[in-house]
Amino acid sequence: MKGQRQLRVDPIGCTGHGICAELLPELIRLDDWGYPIIKNGPFPASLLDHARRAVTACPALALRITTDR
Amino acid sequence: MKRNSLPSLPPPPVGEPGRLSSFFTPPGSWTTLAEHRRRFPAPPPARRQPDGTLIEMVERAGLRGRGGASFPTAAKLRAVAAGKRQPVVLANGSEGEPASYKDALIMTSAPHLVLDGALLAASAVGAEEVIVGIALDMRAARAAIDRAERERYAAEPSSARIRIIDVPARYVAGEERALVNLVNRGRAIPPQGTSRPFERGVAGRPTLVQNVETLAHLATIRRNGPDWFRSVGTAETPGTMLVSLGGAVADPGVYEIEVGTTFVDLLSAAGGATERIGGVLTGGYSGTWLRTEEAVRVTLDQKGLSAVGGFLGCGVVSVLPASACGLRESSAVLRWMAGETAGQCGPCVYGLAAIADATESLRAGRADGRVLERLERWSGDVEGRGACRFPDGAVRFLRSALRTFAADIEKHAKGYPCIRADQQPMLPLPLMTRAA
Repeated sequence: MKGQRQLRVDPIGCTGHGICAELLPELIRLDDWGYPIIKNGPFPASLLDHARRAVTACPALALRITTDR
Repeated sequence: MKRNSLPSLPPPPVGEPGRLSSFFTPPGSWTTLAEHRRRFPAPPPARRQPDGTLIEMVERAGLRGRGGASFPTAAKLRAVAAGKRQPVVLANGSEGEPASYKDALIMTSAPHLVLDGALLAASAVGAEEVIVGIALDMRAARAAIDRAERERYAAEPSSARIRIIDVPARYVAGEERALVNLVNRGRAIPPQGTSRPFERGVAGRPTLVQNVETLAHLATIRRNGPDWFRSVGTAETPGTMLVSLGGAVADPGVYEIEVGTTFVDLLSAAGGATERIGGVLTGGYSGTWLRTEEAVRVTLDQKGLSAVGGFLGCGVVSVLPASACGLRESSAVLRWMAGETAGQCGPCVYGLAAIADATESLRAGRADGRVLERLERWSGDVEGRGACRFPDGAVRFLRSALRTFAADIEKHAKGYPCIRADQQPMLPLPLMTRAA
């Protein structure tokens, strides 16, 4: 839906630091090898600040927020 | 290994004039361009204007890609032709699937038909450049396409420019984004980002990436018309298809069958099974195992196979003899697949290796009681998490193995090791390579 935000990870860019899962356990868990699995679908506006923080904290610049247009 | 020893061609079930196999020349002989032209008109000279009539023909014929994804070819042609910049045609002859050799065969024994198809596709989308990518280990195919191209270069200079390139003999190299990346940057691995070749491919131009068998079908559609093409096959996937049939059958080889032929009919065309069947692999190493009782009821088309949870892929059908161990075969394939990762995405690199380790421990009878549960969880955790669909294919293969050989696996899980450990695996595996 228009304006809905989703978190996406670039699978090639991601190097599995796992910081995103620490900052945002509501949306992100790690697999057995330390790579993030992101909860499917849009996330609620209440988590936007946390999501932004996770994006900024990613050392591989592999996490981003997409907005449906 | 598979490439240099093409099996002799048994008479195909569909030998109808005009179908692909009617163009095949036996090994050692050559159909000159002049001879080919007596059966097949030259494609029109290259020009920038897309040919909507040809695209319509392909659409009416209902042609779908024969490389594995079964995508409607006309939709791809249309999307590429609609781009702002002049498109490029990239013929995919990489055939990284070890159990498949139909692309090697069609390039070797009907190279002019393949090139005609590529040139016709070029005129459909308005391309003046055709690139043909051929796997490095397919020497006979490369020699035939080279020779066919040289004949044309002299005799039909107004056709689109043809460039032939080597593709590393790796599984992922045939993935369409990897192939485009090879042309652009010399690395046959999927690039970062989400660009699709039909929008931004070779040199940023709209690029039609199409399997070589698909292109040959396109040529026959142009020659004989959509109604002729549709007169065999299923409503959903009309026409014929090449099948690489291997394993415990009397006459293994490449067969041209009507899409939707039953597995049983294919088996009888190949002289039947050489011993009791223990399972059937369809779709190659990204495909699915079927239990014998499923296989004997299945039709070879995407719909028929989906009905039993199967996958047609690029048309591999391998018959496992009952004396072989399905888990052992699967474990060897999964180890090989793990080594074929492009090495870019964590879940693929570590997930497939972990899956191969676990399957191996299961086969050896030294797995702990939770191994099936772990494999289940890892399957879900790996699927959909790569930059391409390669890990998804490996997971599909694993799941089907766990389902098909459940009874054997239960015994192995209780600590009984494989009693056929010293037996050579049936499924062909190229030399193991390390991750790139």
